[in-house]
Amino acid sequence: MNRLEHSETVPGGRGAARRSTWSVIVLISLPLFLLGLAGAWLIKADPLRVFSTGAPPVEKLTIERVILDDDGIHLKVRAGGSEPMVIAQVQVDDAYWRFTQSPGGPLARLTTAWLDVPYPWITGESHVVTLVTNTGATFAHTIEVAVASPSRAVGGLRNGALLGFFVGILPVAIGMMFFPLLRGLRSGGMRFVLALTCGLLVFLLGDMLADAFELAGKAAPAFQGPVMVVLVAGLSMLLLVGLGRRRGAAPRGLALATFIALGIGLHNFGEGLAIGAALAAGAASLGGFLVLGFTVHNLTEGIGIAAPLVRVRPSPVMFAALALLAGAPAILGIWLGSVALEPQWAALALAIGAGAIMQVVIEVGALALSRGGSSQSGRFAVDGYFLGGFLFGVLFMYVTALAIKI
Amino acid sequence: MRSLFERFVDRRNLLTGSAALAGGTTLGWFGLAGGSRAGEAAVGDSAGPRHNQGNMVTVGDVDGSINDFDASKLLTDWETGETRKGPDGQVTRTFEVEALDREIEIAPGVTFPAWTYNGRVPGPTLRATEGERLRIVFRNLGSHHHSMHFHGIHAAGMDGLGNSGLIAPGEEFVYAFDAAPFGCHLYHCHAFPLRRHMHKGMYGAFIIDPDPARHGEHLDIAKSRLLGTRENTEWQEFVMVMNGFDTNFDGENEFYAVNTIAHHYMKHPIRIARARPVRVYLVNVTEFDPINSFHLHANFFDYFDHGTTLTPTLRTVDTIMQCQAQRGILEFSFKEHQTGRYMFHAHQSEFAELGWMALFDVVDAAA
Repeated sequence: MNRLEHSETVPGGRGAARRSTWSVIVLISLPLFLLGLAGAWLIKADPLRVFSTGAPPVEKLTIERVILDDDGIHLKVRAGGSEPMVIAQVQVDDAYWRFTQSPGGPLARLTTAWLDVPYPWITGESHVVTLVTNTGATFAHTIEVAVASPSRAVGGLRNGALLGFFVGILPVAIGMMFFPLLRGLRSGGMRFVLALTCGLLVFLLGDMLADAFELAGKAAPAFQGPVMVVLVAGLSMLLLVGLGRRRGAAPRGLALATFIALGIGLHNFGEGLAIGAALAAGAASLGGFLVLGFTVHNLTEGIGIAAPLVRVRPSPVMFAALALLAGAPAILGIWLGSVALEPQWAALALAIGAGAIMQVVIEVGALALSRGGSSQSGRFAVDGYFLGGFLFGVLFMYVTALAIKI
Repeated sequence: MRSLFERFVDRRNLLTGSAALAGGTTLGWFGLAGGSRAGEAAVGDSAGPRHNQGNMVTVGDVDGSINDFDASKLLTDWETGETRKGPDGQVTRTFEVEALDREIEIAPGVTFPAWTYNGRVPGPTLRATEGERLRIVFRNLGSHHHSMHFHGIHAAGMDGLGNSGLIAPGEEFVYAFDAAPFGCHLYHCHAFPLRRHMHKGMYGAFIIDPDPARHGEHLDIAKSRLLGTRENTEWQEFVMVMNGFDTNFDGENEFYAVNTIAHHYMKHPIRIARARPVRVYLVNVTEFDPINSFHLHANFFDYFDHGTTLTPTLRTVDTIMQCQAQRGILEFSFKEHQTGRYMFHAHQSEFAELGWMALFDVVDAAA
């Protein structure tokens, strides 16, 4: 409405501004009509026939999920061919095996089906499944280490939750216990802590984007995974920045802490996915030492969440809620990861998380740079406190990650 | 902590029982005939469906909807051409062969853009008698240059190379030479790139039966090898061409077989009358792999390498191997055996499990 009123006041724009409903309809429908006409002619007259070389259609199969159980191997496949594809035979380790496909029949582009292969897989060993289509094209998938897929039974959920508690909630809660110490800090110390938060968030951002791109690469090409990651990360960042600054000012205090907790929570969700997937894939020599590594690695996350709270006096309940927001998604991640979440969904979740981290990097970074420096010379000052804190945050994350990356 | 994670990953629920792996049932399971396409339920047993031994096989069956040939009939389909006796008493035998591009079904539901002789892979089994004058009228109706290169004795101009019978699409050439030496031979296209022309399907068996008149010292043996004699009809003769198909053109075979169709003789066992002896003309044209092999279960055979002798070159063996283009004759009998299904296969397990696995169904001589 605002725009319309404004345009009426523009001299000379009067004629263009007042369009009748009909003219709008024509202006929209004419190009669409021409598009339809061109499409119909393309299909009907087939003028591009000369480019059809008689070559076989492009075929693409993506194996999204693999489940191993007492009945054998189960694969969820997604077709990405230019024409519907037929899976004619299935090899496991260079031998043909009976299989059933549900639903049966040719697989149209982007549709999925489950293949059930009654194969006597061997625990702890590697198997290669090769799908042979009716044209003889092959699509291979390697099961690196065969272990029975975690069932969705209660025991599995409980153990997953316990694991998630150790890698997600506990370190954040312990990190928050530095809060009283933070309150005693003076301006320089506070800059150090905020810059440290910033550094750890930048590390998480890189980590998440790398994981998101890796997962996107495993998804069916039709989903355009890498583009999706960039777009979704950018959009979620914009959305959260807009949400945080909806009253004009940058988020401070509890609001900022909540945004940080949200971003870290989404990161921990991704970390949980990776742990769950590793467990499901059998790369699960995940001993106590490794879990301790995760706990130490995630310790600074608690400090980061607590840092913006020094001016407010949050209640213990508030702290608990923030710790849950930041840590509990790890549990969900482990559950979903261990039942093999499809790569495109995992990439989507990580992309949203990357966007959320970007938002808090911006807000915390602005806060850290302006604090203390503003009263004197420039508005933003990169001084020793800031550099030291940032470097410490990044290095601490990187060095502790050396022990835990799987 | 450790115990927590061990518990987490150690719920393997593996079956400890493996009763289904016990021997004895194996052959029975493989005897499953026919079978529908994907969607057929596997028959379970006490140790869970994944231990069912009948599962290791291609799904479905190759019917006649795409192929002009039936692998079961190829076994005994001798192409003898037309004979005419010349004034000098020498028999002239004439074969007609056409090169054709054909889409063939090499395993259930899997097609392969083949180059063929007479529309089939392997090409026709040309069978002649030692000493005859052979004329092979070859027409190239395919899309590439092709030839017929015979493993036999002939003049340089009949060799199937660039200036000796390698012809362009639409052309015709007549190969002419005397049938020698007797034995189990082969022919194949010798256009370059040779590997591609071979593996696309341009090969076939070429059998020259011995002329008994020239082999007085082994008269009965020679007679038994000569198609159509009373001694020969006693024998059950089969031609088996060991081949493979690289369907994705990555330089490795996705399917192996005798006579093209993977697992065909698992689903359609070759019937044998117990009382009568068996002779197999075995030819190896497998591309990409340096050797192929033949192993017979529960029995032994005599082997005549290249088939150019009337006495065995190997006696009492149950496994032989052949390099590319090597061939020979196997002779054996199930006379003293129980009736039932006897497996034979390449003893490279990989080839067997990718399709080169087959069964004899030994029955009392009723049929």
